[in-house]
Amino acid sequence: MKGEGEHKLSREIASHPFFHGMTREFVHTVAAEAVERSFVADDMIAVEGTEADILYLVLEGKVALELGAADRPPITVQTVGSGEIVGWSWLVPPHRWRFSIRALKPTRLVAIDGGIMRRTLHAHPDWGFQFMVRFMPVLAERLENTRIQLLDIYGR
Amino acid sequence: MAASVRMDPTSSADAGHPLAPIPYVVRSVATETPDIVTLTLNPHATKRIPPFRPGQFNMVYVYGVGESAISISGGTSDGQLIHTVQSLGKVSNALTRLTPGDTLGVRGPYGRGWPIAEAKGRDLVIVAGGLGLPPLRPVLYEIFRNREAYGRIEIIDGARTPKNLVYYDEVQGWRRRSDLRIQVTVDAAGRDWYGDVGVVTTRIPDARFEPERTTAFICGPEIMLKLTAQALAARKVPADSIFISMERNMKCAIGLCGHCQFQSSFVCRDGPVFSYAAAQPLLNVKEV
Amino acid sequence: MVELNVGDRVILARGEFPAFFVALREAGYEVVGPTVRDGAIVYDRLSRVEDLPIGWTDRQAPGKYRLERRSDEALFGYNVGPFTWKKFLFPPRERLWTARKDGDSFTIEPEPTDGPSVAFLGMRACELAGVRVTDRVFQGGPIVDPGYAARRSRIFRIAVQCGQAGGNCFCVSMGTGPGVDSDVDLVLTEILEPGPHRFLLRVGSSEGARVLAHVPLAPANASEERAAASIVARTAGSMGRTMETDGIRDLLRTNLDHPRWDDVARRCLSCTNCTMVCPTCFCSTHEEVPDLDLAKVERWRRWDSCFNLAFTELHGVSVRKSGLSRYRQWMTHKLGTWHDQFGSSGCIGCGRCITWCPVGIDITEEVAAIRKSPGATTAKGGNP
Repeated sequence: MKGEGEHKLSREIASHPFFHGMTREFVHTVAAEAVERSFVADDMIAVEGTEADILYLVLEGKVALELGAADRPPITVQTVGSGEIVGWSWLVPPHRWRFSIRALKPTRLVAIDGGIMRRTLHAHPDWGFQFMVRFMPVLAERLENTRIQLLDIYGR
Repeated sequence: MAASVRMDPTSSADAGHPLAPIPYVVRSVATETPDIVTLTLNPHATKRIPPFRPGQFNMVYVYGVGESAISISGGTSDGQLIHTVQSLGKVSNALTRLTPGDTLGVRGPYGRGWPIAEAKGRDLVIVAGGLGLPPLRPVLYEIFRNREAYGRIEIIDGARTPKNLVYYDEVQGWRRRSDLRIQVTVDAAGRDWYGDVGVVTTRIPDARFEPERTTAFICGPEIMLKLTAQALAARKVPADSIFISMERNMKCAIGLCGHCQFQSSFVCRDGPVFSYAAAQPLLNVKEV
Repeated sequence: MVELNVGDRVILARGEFPAFFVALREAGYEVVGPTVRDGAIVYDRLSRVEDLPIGWTDRQAPGKYRLERRSDEALFGYNVGPFTWKKFLFPPRERLWTARKDGDSFTIEPEPTDGPSVAFLGMRACELAGVRVTDRVFQGGPIVDPGYAARRSRIFRIAVQCGQAGGNCFCVSMGTGPGVDSDVDLVLTEILEPGPHRFLLRVGSSEGARVLAHVPLAPANASEERAAASIVARTAGSMGRTMETDGIRDLLRTNLDHPRWDDVARRCLSCTNCTMVCPTCFCSTHEEVPDLDLAKVERWRRWDSCFNLAFTELHGVSVRKSGLSRYRQWMTHKLGTWHDQFGSSGCIGCGRCITWCPVGIDITEEVAAIRKSPGATTAKGGNP
C-alpha cells in the first residue's frame, strides 16, 4: 500500500491548487486509494447516470462536461482544465454522475475514491471544513457561470 | 466622463449637410454566420470619410431604408472600409442582404476610440464577446504593426456556440502567433468542438498579465462588459485602466438628437469607448 | 426722425403701435408674435396690431391653463402659452436632404436654408434665455446645425419685460428674468398706469435703431424709466414658484435611486407634453421618406421625446423601459447633466411643463422632495 506510487500521488495531490495548503495527513489519507489515469481525445471518462464515486483532479489537459438527451446530440456545457476539479456526485446522493465527462485532448487525472473521501470527511470534521471551504466556491462559481450561460447574453 | 482619446469630430460631408452620407460600393461580402456578414467597401467616387481610429463607428446608410451605427472593423489607407454587420433590425437586415456592386452611404467616423497609444509599454488584455470582436479587430491590426511597443497580449474571444464565432479563420491564424495568447470559449457546444466551454470570465485566471501594468479593452453585451470588468478588477487591474465600448440607440451620431445619452455623456461623441472607472457607477443603476 | 443709438430709451405711444408694425415690415421682417387661437395664446404670423391678444391674460396652475379677460387693454398682459419660439428655429418637421438615384449610386442635395427674415415680437426674458440655451445646443459645438443657424441669423428679437408673473413661473429662481438685460434688438416694457397707455423701448442694437428710425417716438423721462423698473421688480416679487438650484447637479446625480422617482412614476403618463412645450428640449428622430418608385428619398427630422418607449430601443429592447426611468432621464437631464453637456441649466423657469402636464406634475416640487431627504433609496428595485 505505501510505496513509491503512493508518495508520488501525495505530491501531485498536495501541489494541485485545490488541495494546496490542506493538512498533510489529510492528503496522505486520500492519496492512499488514489490512482492516476490518462486519457486521449474523445475518451469517455464518466457516463451520465452511472455510479459516481470519484473526485477527479485534473493535472493536465481538458475535459468536457456533457449533458445528453434522447432527441439530440450531447451538449457540452462546461470544460474543465488543469488545476481544476470535476465531480461532486460522490458527495451528494444519489451517487450517480449528473453529466458525462469526455476528454478533449491528452489528459491526466488523479481519481480519488469517493467512499474514502466521505468516510474521511465524516471522521475528521476539521478536514471536512477545510475541504468545504474550498469546495463551495468552486460549486458557487460553476452555478453562477451556468446562470450567466442561461441568460444567453449573446442573444439570437 | 473623460479618459479615452478625443477624436476630431470632423464631418464626412465637406460642402454639404453634416448628416449627408457619402456613396460607397460593396466590393465583397463574406458570410461569417447565418446572420452576420462582413462587407468590404470602396468609395464610389473621390469623396471618402476621413481616416478612422480603432473603436470608432460610421453611420451606414441603405438608400430608401435608413441608417445604422456600425463599428469599423478594418480599412486601408486608400479608403477601403470593412464593416461586420449582424441582422438585428430593418437597416442591418438590409445591409446583410447587399451583394457586390451595390451602393450604400457612409458618414463618419464618429466617437472616441480605444486608447491604444496610452497602452504602450503595458500588458493588454482584450476581451470580446458575441459581436464584440469586430470593434476590437482594428486594435489588433494596430498592435501587429508595432508589436514591440506593447507588453504581453492576451485575447479572450467568447460566443454563444462555435458557429457564432466571427473571423474564425483569422482567429485560427492568430492562435498560431507566438507573440500573443488567445483563448476562445463558447457558452455551449457539440461533439465537434474541442475548445473551452464557459463564460469569458472563466478564461481570465489562465490569462497572464501584470495587473498594475495592464490595460484592458472589453467589447460585448452590457452584462458581459460588467462581469468581465469585475473579474479583472478582482485581479487588481485598476478601473481606470479598463475600457469598455457601449452601445445605445443612435440617430444623428453628432450629439444632437439626444437618443444615445448615458446620463451626462452622448455615447456617439463622448464614447462609445469609456473608462470603466467613469462608467461603472452608472452601469449599476437600472435603466439609466 | 431722431437718429437713435444703442442704449437709448424712448416712448412709443399705444396709438403708434401700428406704425411700429409698418416699420418692421418695411425693414423686411415678417412679424411672428402672440395671438389668441383655440383658447390659448400661441405664436403665429401677425399682420396687424389687432392680431395681438389685446386685453387677454392667462391663468396657469399645475395642469391648468385658462384665458381670462383683463380689465384693461394690455397688448402683452399674459405670460407664456403652449408654443415656444423654438418651433420657428427648430421646426417640428424639417427636411434635411433629398437623395436621388444616380445610375448605380445616389446624390445628396442638402435642403436650402434661405428664408424670410422674421421679427419675434414679445419674447419674454425666460424665452430669450431659452434661445440662448438652444443656440448652445444647435450652433455652440463643433458641428453646427445648418438650418437652425440660418434661421437664427435672420431673427430680429423684440423682448417684452413681464408685467405680471404667471402661476407656474420661476424665472427668478433660474436667473433668467423677469428683467431683460442682454443686448436684444429692442426691449419693450408696457406701461398701463399711470396713463396714457404706452411702451418704454430700449434700443439694444443698431438694427433696432434702424427699424425705429421712422416710427413716431418720444424720449423717455426718468419717471417712465422708474415705472418700467418697478413693473419688473413687482413681477420678480410675485413669482408663482421657486426652485432651489444650489448644488442641483450633484443632488440629482447622487439620487438616481431616490424613492421620489417611484412616486412621480405613479403619476406620470409619459404623454410627452412637457417635452413638446419646453423651450429647450431638443431631441429629434430621423425618418426616411422614399417615393414609391425610389427615384427620390427624403431625410426628415422631427421632434422626438425621451418619454417615448422607442426612444432608447436597441436591438428590439428599450433601455429605458419603465416610466420611472424616462421621467428620471428628463428631469436629471434638464436640471442636472445639461450643466455637464452645455455649461448651464436646461431649465429657464417658464413653468410650461407644469401647466401642460395633464396630471399637474410640478418639477419644482419634485426637486424639493428630493432635497428634503437626499440619499434615501427606494425600498424596491434599487441597486442590486
